[in-house]
Amino acid sequence: MDLDSLYQEVILDHYKHPLHKGLSEPKTMQVHHVNPSCGDEITLNLLLEANTVTNISWDGVGCSISQASTSIMSDLLIGKSIPEAFSVLDEFSALMQSKGNSKGNEEVLEDAVALAGVSKFPARIKCALLGWMAFKDAASQGMSDEASNKQGEENG
Amino acid sequence: MTNSVFDPVALRSDFPIFQRTVRGGARLVFLDSGATSQKPRSVLDAERNFYEYHNAAVNRGSYLLAEEATEAYESARQSVANFLNGKFEEVIFTKSATESLNLLAYSFGNSQSSSKFSLKPGDGIVVSEIEHHANLIPWQQLAKRTGSELSWFSVTPEGRLDLSNIDQVITPKTKIVAITHQSNVLGTIIPLAEIVKRAHDVGALVVLDACQSVPHFSIDVAALDIDFLAFSGHKALGPTGIGVLWGRSELLSEMEPFLTGGSMIESVTMTDATWAPIPRRFEAGVPNMAQAVGLQAALKYLTDVGMDRVHNHELNLTSSALSQISEISGVKVVGPLDMEDRGGVISFTVEGVHPHDVGQVLDSYGIAVRTGHHCAWPLMRKMNVVGTTRASFYLYNTQDDVVALVDGIRSVQKYFGV
Repeated sequence: MDLDSLYQEVILDHYKHPLHKGLSEPKTMQVHHVNPSCGDEITLNLLLEANTVTNISWDGVGCSISQASTSIMSDLLIGKSIPEAFSVLDEFSALMQSKGNSKGNEEVLEDAVALAGVSKFPARIKCALLGWMAFKDAASQGMSDEASNKQGEENG
Repeated sequence: MTNSVFDPVALRSDFPIFQRTVRGGARLVFLDSGATSQKPRSVLDAERNFYEYHNAAVNRGSYLLAEEATEAYESARQSVANFLNGKFEEVIFTKSATESLNLLAYSFGNSQSSSKFSLKPGDGIVVSEIEHHANLIPWQQLAKRTGSELSWFSVTPEGRLDLSNIDQVITPKTKIVAITHQSNVLGTIIPLAEIVKRAHDVGALVVLDACQSVPHFSIDVAALDIDFLAFSGHKALGPTGIGVLWGRSELLSEMEPFLTGGSMIESVTMTDATWAPIPRRFEAGVPNMAQAVGLQAALKYLTDVGMDRVHNHELNLTSSALSQISEISGVKVVGPLDMEDRGGVISFTVEGVHPHDVGQVLDSYGIAVRTGHHCAWPLMRKMNVVGTTRASFYLYNTQDDVVALVDGIRSVQKYFGV
């Protein structure tokens, strides 16, 4: 088996030196996600300002794939608008479902294309998606909160 | 096999799966029998033979096939009874050990308040910290539903049950003690006799989760003096979809059903029903007949090999693996380090490498292990680990498998540079 296609150097680097790890304030939303099949856990703080991902910080325990993927995700999505971030997320989800048939679009996914090999290992796809799904959840909740706040202000 | 020398290499040829290779031609080193065992050809043949020649719904039709199917199914029940040294009517077929344990918990929960099985606020249910979720959650939820109190034995840092406070854990208020015979994570075999004695002294019933013991060493329910026992067929060389609940006939006879429906009744009107005698009272619907017949073939295979030989072989492998694994720097065995009261399961952590990654690298060498929390999340927290890598042995494993595992762990460390 081609173990190296799974554990790219970039992944091992992110695993050993994760970016944006350690929860920081301020935040718009905090979410906690677990992968019940393996026990991996992540807490993610998201700061949204004017529909832009101003900051992502996270903490958690997990395997090299989940830790590296969360590190890559946070670095990639900070600074993007919500629609841009969601389109990157869709692209990454599609890559994970590609069963090894896609190399991923490097212009959009940058370092995340290193995770393309994960798509050949069905048991590891959830690991790679853990941080991304936490972001999606936090962003969705953050936006609906923002929307209701806005509506509240208008009504007030 | 009975009178010949025990030869695991020769025995492997009875298991078709060992003919295949994995991951680029690697030999299959299957060290996950604690999760499910591989199947000998005789089990596969028994299932196929049932479907090809005798298939009909049991205990119903009046034609030849129905008679044969019933005979095959009920003879499987007798085989299970013989294997456990219990009685025919004390063996209930379920779909899994999980269902067996839920059957008990729900049957107790369905009892009339006058029944000895009924639980009320103030009553106690005792488990332990080493329980698999299957023998924790049914009792935890039963306690919640009835307002009774769940308490438990702690596990020591060495991975043994702490019985120092047994008189405070099992009290005169305790109605049920539900406990695992051997930890699926640590390999620890519990001091059952002491627990049974205390439980019976206070009038409590003992439920034994024997999923990790029945497949691996000889069990005699009468000698153990327990009240109920659950195990799953698929961990004992049998098919999936078949589990067993054994219970003392005088207890089962007084219990309420769990699942209701066809074939578990004595008489039915539009507004009421009465129950069939045991064991059928607890077997609603057409049962997993071919799987019961497959389990019978599995138990025959184990009996022909000899359970004592199965157990001794696993102890040899475990002892050899334990000493080699504990010599590797950066690797920590989670569970007892000595062989006393210990079965063929070894959990370990590799410093700096998550269990999921350990398992992935081992898989690239064809080594199948379990990684994660092993459905024993409270135990993981207590042992202060996020998860472990677990190797579990069975009769078809060899010293070559142990060598592959030990070499594999060193390769994991090399790959991750730890």
